[in-house]
Amino acid sequence: MTHSSDIEPIPPDAPLAAKVHKRSLQERIDEFPWWMGGVFVIAVGAFYLVTTQASFGEALNFIRIGIGITITTTLYAYSIALVLGLIAGLGRISRNVVIRNLATLYIELVRGIPILVLIFYIALVAVPDSLGIFKTLGAWLDSIGLDFIGGPLASINNDAIPLNVRAIIALSVTYGAFLAEIFRAGIQSIGQGQMEAARSLGMSYAQAMRYVILPQAIRNVLPALGNDFVAMVKDSSLVSVLAVRDITQVARLYAGRTFRFREAYTILAILYLGMTLILSVLVRVLERRLHGNSRK
Amino acid sequence: MATAGNKAIIDIRNLHKYFGSVQALRGVNLTVERGKVVVIVGPSGSGKSTLLRCINHLEVETEGEVWVDGKRLNEKNKDINSIRAEIGMVFQLFNLFPHLTVLDNIILAQRVVRGRSKDEAAQVAREQLKRVGIPEKADSFPGQLSGGQQQRVAIARALAMNPKIMLFDEPTSALDPEMIKEVLDVMLALAKEGMTMVCVTHEMGFARAAADEVIFMDNGLIVEMGSPADVFNNPKEERTKLFLSQILAH
Ligand SMILES: Nc1ncnc2c1ncn2[C@@H]1O[C@H](COP(=O)(O)OP(=O)(O)O)[C@@H](O)[C@H]1O
Ligand SMILES: [Mg+2]
Repeated sequence: MTHSSDIEPIPPDAPLAAKVHKRSLQERIDEFPWWMGGVFVIAVGAFYLVTTQASFGEALNFIRIGIGITITTTLYAYSIALVLGLIAGLGRISRNVVIRNLATLYIELVRGIPILVLIFYIALVAVPDSLGIFKTLGAWLDSIGLDFIGGPLASINNDAIPLNVRAIIALSVTYGAFLAEIFRAGIQSIGQGQMEAARSLGMSYAQAMRYVILPQAIRNVLPALGNDFVAMVKDSSLVSVLAVRDITQVARLYAGRTFRFREAYTILAILYLGMTLILSVLVRVLERRLHGNSRK
Repeated sequence: MATAGNKAIIDIRNLHKYFGSVQALRGVNLTVERGKVVVIVGPSGSGKSTLLRCINHLEVETEGEVWVDGKRLNEKNKDINSIRAEIGMVFQLFNLFPHLTVLDNIILAQRVVRGRSKDEAAQVAREQLKRVGIPEKADSFPGQLSGGQQQRVAIARALAMNPKIMLFDEPTSALDPEMIKEVLDVMLALAKEGMTMVCVTHEMGFARAAADEVIFMDNGLIVEMGSPADVFNNPKEERTKLFLSQILAH
């Protein structure tokens, strides 16, 4: 309903019936979601291709094997990103200088590096290096007699963390920084009076956050969190560079082997489109619900 | 200023508070005895809210000391939460928790801070709602209540903690005129029951009926204090006279 600006204002004392604005044909044409027609055409076209052209059907059959990996990678990475984001978001507004600056550093580093580069770096440099540190630590613990912790740590080898787990780590670290900013904004949107009322009742800062501020803040940012989930479904395609067999990687393999680039990438694009459209609709429904029964 | 006797539950000594370069309080001394009702009046910006907020450490003093019930408040005080639990505060804009029902607003701190069981907390909450006269609103959300009702819930929420002191910061100044009385009646009853109260309010009727002591503040200082009759009928200071003539005029 963004088109109300060109509607003549109704005097406040007009009879009720007059306030029920009749939309003109022109307005209906303006507001109709024509783009959905385009989506419909694409869906029908895709269905037609897959059912009538054997090569497209074959491509779909092959590529859909990756759907499970795409979905689980996204779900795991997003769940971890939620936790990281909440911690970093709280850190950003902490009164502790060290915590606040560490959180800011994390967010700024991630925002300053392309996601693709981050994924390479985290999976192929940061994870092995951390493992190296653990190993050294383990060897040292071993040498001072704490072999019950040191032993297992020292015996970790570099393949202990498979590439698909590294991909999840990389995506979570990246999105954790994005979600941190969403959480921070959500917390700061709650008036200072709420924190003061909670503290004046004797609650600690953590209790006030947990029971008073976060429930309201998270509710406010649910649509934004939903949008980032949709964005992550798309960005999960980047993990294909680590040879993780998500739909992008499987499509690349298929195209490389059969040279059917048109089939492979058409199917791939349609699969992403289908997932993101469905999720976007869910986010909108959620948003409308929240607006519908919001009690101020 | 008189020395604090054993009965002093609030003892404020030489309190200074700066916000950056703004000096909100410039050396306030005040003792409040147990069971007394103190009303603070004064022009906007004179430091009334700041003084009140220093009493439960929502603001930290720049200089001076605040003692509550024999304990010194300071930054390092690990007990600050338990001290605050003994001090109820009622805000101008109610500050109810909008995502919780009225009952849950009153239950939350009882459970989290006092460690009461759900049943006990709910029972206390219902008693307090009865006390402020709106037992039927237990399951409403704050947004569904009038301003006067919201403020009464806020009072019930504070009382449910069994505080030793109640602080009120202009509790009726955000209310429509027809709702002011219902809140003042609750406060008056509380004063009669012997609650120690420090109230920032310009409701003269309430001050005359309930206050043991009226304090006039201006420019970060206590300018004059005395019984309601003294301060309202025979103000000694020019600034007090000017202020009273202004608020009585409107
Ligand atoms: N959080 C704050 N930051 C900066 N200045 C403040 C803050 N709180 C109060 N002040 C200033 O301190 C002075 C006293 O304010 P306040 O105690 O709110 O006065 P009152 O309640 O009597 O109107 C005012 O000049 C006000 O602008
Ligand atoms: Mg004030």
